[in-house]
Amino acid sequence: MGKKQLAFYFDSSSCSGCKTCQVACKDKHDSGEGILWRRVYEAAGGDWVKDGNAWVPNVYSYYISMACNHCVEPLCLYSCPNNAIVKNDDGIVLIEKDRCMGCRYCEWNCPYGALQFDKSQGVMTKCTFCDDYLAEGKKPSCITACPMRVLDIGELEELEKEHGKSNEIFPMPRAHYTQPAIVVKPHRDARMAENVEMKIDNLEEIKNEQ
Amino acid sequence: MDGNNPDNAGRSHVPPISAIDRRCFLRLSAFFSGGLLASGSLLGCLQGEEGKGQIVSVNDDGSVIIRAGCPSHNCGGRCVLKLHVRDGEIVRIETDDRPTDDISDPQLRACIRGRSYRRRQYHPDRLKYPMKRVGERGEGKFERISWDEALEILASRLKRVKEKYGNSAILVPYGTGSYNQTNGRQTAARLMNLFGGSLGFYNSYSWACISRATPYVYGTSVTGNQRQDWINSRYIIMWGWNPAEMRDGTNSEFFIKKARENGARVICIDPRMSMSAVSLADEWIPIRPGTDTALMSAMAYVIISEDLHDKDFINRCCIGFDKSQMPDGLEEEESYIDYIFGTKDGVPKTPGWAEEITGIPARTIIRIGREYGSIKPAMLYQGYGMQRRAYGEQPVLGGCVLAAITGNVGISGGWASGIALQVADGGPLWNVFPTGRNPVREMIPVFLWTEAVLRGKEMGPEDGVVGGDRLQNNIKLIWCVASNILINQHSDVNRSAEILKDENLVEFIAFQDQFMTPSGRFADLVLPVCTQFEVWGLQDGWKYGDEVIINPKIYDPPNEAKSDYRICAELSEKLGLKDEFTQGRDEREWIEWAVNHFRNTRFPEIPSLDQLHEKNRGVYSVPVEKPKVALSDFRDDPENNPLNTPTGKIEIFSRQLYDMDKPDVIPPVPKYIQEWESPFGEESKRFPLQAVGHHYMPRVHSIHDQIDWLEEAFPQRVFINPLDASDRGIKNGDQVRVYNERGEMVIPCRVTAKIMPGVVNIPQGAWWTPDEEGVDRRGCVNVLTSHKWTPLAFGNAQHTIMCQVEKA
Repeated sequence: MGKKQLAFYFDSSSCSGCKTCQVACKDKHDSGEGILWRRVYEAAGGDWVKDGNAWVPNVYSYYISMACNHCVEPLCLYSCPNNAIVKNDDGIVLIEKDRCMGCRYCEWNCPYGALQFDKSQGVMTKCTFCDDYLAEGKKPSCITACPMRVLDIGELEELEKEHGKSNEIFPMPRAHYTQPAIVVKPHRDARMAENVEMKIDNLEEIKNEQ
Repeated sequence: MDGNNPDNAGRSHVPPISAIDRRCFLRLSAFFSGGLLASGSLLGCLQGEEGKGQIVSVNDDGSVIIRAGCPSHNCGGRCVLKLHVRDGEIVRIETDDRPTDDISDPQLRACIRGRSYRRRQYHPDRLKYPMKRVGERGEGKFERISWDEALEILASRLKRVKEKYGNSAILVPYGTGSYNQTNGRQTAARLMNLFGGSLGFYNSYSWACISRATPYVYGTSVTGNQRQDWINSRYIIMWGWNPAEMRDGTNSEFFIKKARENGARVICIDPRMSMSAVSLADEWIPIRPGTDTALMSAMAYVIISEDLHDKDFINRCCIGFDKSQMPDGLEEEESYIDYIFGTKDGVPKTPGWAEEITGIPARTIIRIGREYGSIKPAMLYQGYGMQRRAYGEQPVLGGCVLAAITGNVGISGGWASGIALQVADGGPLWNVFPTGRNPVREMIPVFLWTEAVLRGKEMGPEDGVVGGDRLQNNIKLIWCVASNILINQHSDVNRSAEILKDENLVEFIAFQDQFMTPSGRFADLVLPVCTQFEVWGLQDGWKYGDEVIINPKIYDPPNEAKSDYRICAELSEKLGLKDEFTQGRDEREWIEWAVNHFRNTRFPEIPSLDQLHEKNRGVYSVPVEKPKVALSDFRDDPENNPLNTPTGKIEIFSRQLYDMDKPDVIPPVPKYIQEWESPFGEESKRFPLQAVGHHYMPRVHSIHDQIDWLEEAFPQRVFINPLDASDRGIKNGDQVRVYNERGEMVIPCRVTAKIMPGVVNIPQGAWWTPDEEGVDRRGCVNVLTSHKWTPLAFGNAQHTIMCQVEKA
């Protein structure tokens, strides 16, 4: 790639789904009810088998905490009719609020549900990678919030070098659409994108349904 | 959830991006010339103190950063918050940002509850001024009165009850809303003790059985190694233990994660695939609730029959394992091995036997029995849910015995089980605020307070009364401080409501809190309390006391709210006890006193409050480099370091329990006993589902139930397995009716495979919200629970519930 691209690292294998990241984000950005720049998906699947007197679970579950993936190929940016979405030198994708008309095309184009409409302002909003904190030399709010220490940030290339390329864990879509800047350490139960046996168990908790 | 959204106002408080990198670090007192925050608060204290000041960072928008303890309720966490405060308002909450995050002294990162705290702090429903009841008791109708009138009413009612009945007719109930010293029931307890006392109690709603039963085996409650030792374990059983969600000590989940990274295999035994099962365990083993001791017994069967037990340790350190080890004169009684192999009762406790009871396949029981018996060292950590059950003493004893027969006691990486207070400190200090001696000597088991309302004078030792033969009184006055136990958190809400409505029973109820909880609705007098951000406070590390956390007062309480201490101090004046009660101290001076107390007991190096405050780290901690191991002296030399049990040994068979002569419910060796409400009983025909009420991520018991960000993240639901749902024509999200003989609720369901068939979960702590028909519309699990208590500990058995679910 060569060009700078900041990325999220997420260790799904030890994520407890506590959603402290989600609320730390809401608190920092004062996002209103229903706006979840970072959300936690509870993936689950499987069933139960009666075996004599016993119940045998064939149940699997894990959590995916996800904000905006600041994609290498941001479809949201490409789709904006008013050029209100920009990608900066760090690879961070940002919305220029003054240019946003609130048409919500970007929302349709993002396969991750990252763009969220703020009715009170009439504009789209999304994760800023806490670029204000980055300028201060601090990590984003969600990262330092995590009680399990499963979130981090880094250069996409370096993260992929260290952990391998892993960005298509259910319920994420296939990566080729946008090339998300995220590396996920999969849980032992992880299934790949487009798995039809898994479902999102907590869909009602993810306001911005895809 | 609420119309008033302070965060919309807060939007403009976010510093402009370009401004933040100009943020500078300043000594606060040098920077501010005027009172940015209200007087008497953090800044007020600092002003005018030449040369003294707090190291704070100041953003260009004028917000300052103050590190403070996360308001300490009764979760297992004790965390640090980094508050951004501007113009007397908390505009952002971050968490512990100490530069090192080493396992010896990790950051105390707050969870979702602490990070949402602005929504509680600025909630429009906070109580604003004193009120007295105007409608029927329980109706929830109140009118505003002055503080003077309110305290006059309370003082006169206290005096009247004292004169008419005596002090033992007064109850300051169990309440765990605040552990910051200056807020909380301990302030009222101090005043009542000076006033002549109030009815005493022992036990807790959390730990009744585990705190009572553990010493029968070990002679102590201090059975826990320091947590840093967990990384030395090779095999960890999280038995009904869900630290990631309840936060059983800040960082407990993080330590288990570290242990796993260090090579430990972790399994989780739980009816629910809990957050901890998903994130910390290699394997989840669902178990039918209330059958833990059956599984323990079958594991022991495997371990002993395959010769995996630690014979040397058993010989040296235990009694009651087999016939050769029975107490004098009881040689022919049933030893542990007799019970396991069915020598006396004809029922060998085989894996096949346990499969029928627990719902766990025999082959799985054999495997985990072998694993726990052979992988060394191993840790069996008992959660507390399984002991808040019908015979909750038995799984406590059973877990301790498994640890003993496998020799996992007194070694690094092992775990003796039981309540496991930490060896280094002997358990936390919690509230050190001195309550003094209670002149009323009689004490009841805390769970039996409704009995003491109905028939106190009849209650004696058979009801767990200690300190006297009979109670002198029925309870006639309740002063409820930092507690929701009157209604919401006590069993059988509908029964409690009927009892409290009757003004001939409890003649007067005063209620002190921050919100109008279901308990508050039954008050005659309501007093508004400030939050822990509005008063000086201090906390230690809940179950694991490696730190002291300070809570500086951020600003004055809004409206007419006051700290519990302040309320008691003003009341003490009306009772003629002011000097004795306050000893001339205000809240901050009591916190100075508390720091000194910590210095004189556990933390000899702790700086003064001024110094702690100036550093602005929020926490004073002692890194644990070499974690201590409980019971190691005993293990090394049991003859010279005997336990505090009658025999000085680990008592697998307890003569004390034998002498109680109730073998069916208090056996001298741990046994599986079918619960009084069970899927195997007649009651299951009408109520076929077991219900549990687990500790839910968004709440600390009933605290935070009204917080919109938390409800958005974790809505209140009844969780039900797809098989049980489809049998009943229930689809995910449907409104369902959950009921039994005691009560009924209608709430939405979540259909999920992550709970075992036959079991539903209604997370405990939701606020009882009855409609006109008395049907709870919020999902308070205690409309279903029973007030029947456990046989040995007189503890609450609130998770032993059978119920039925149908589409509403």
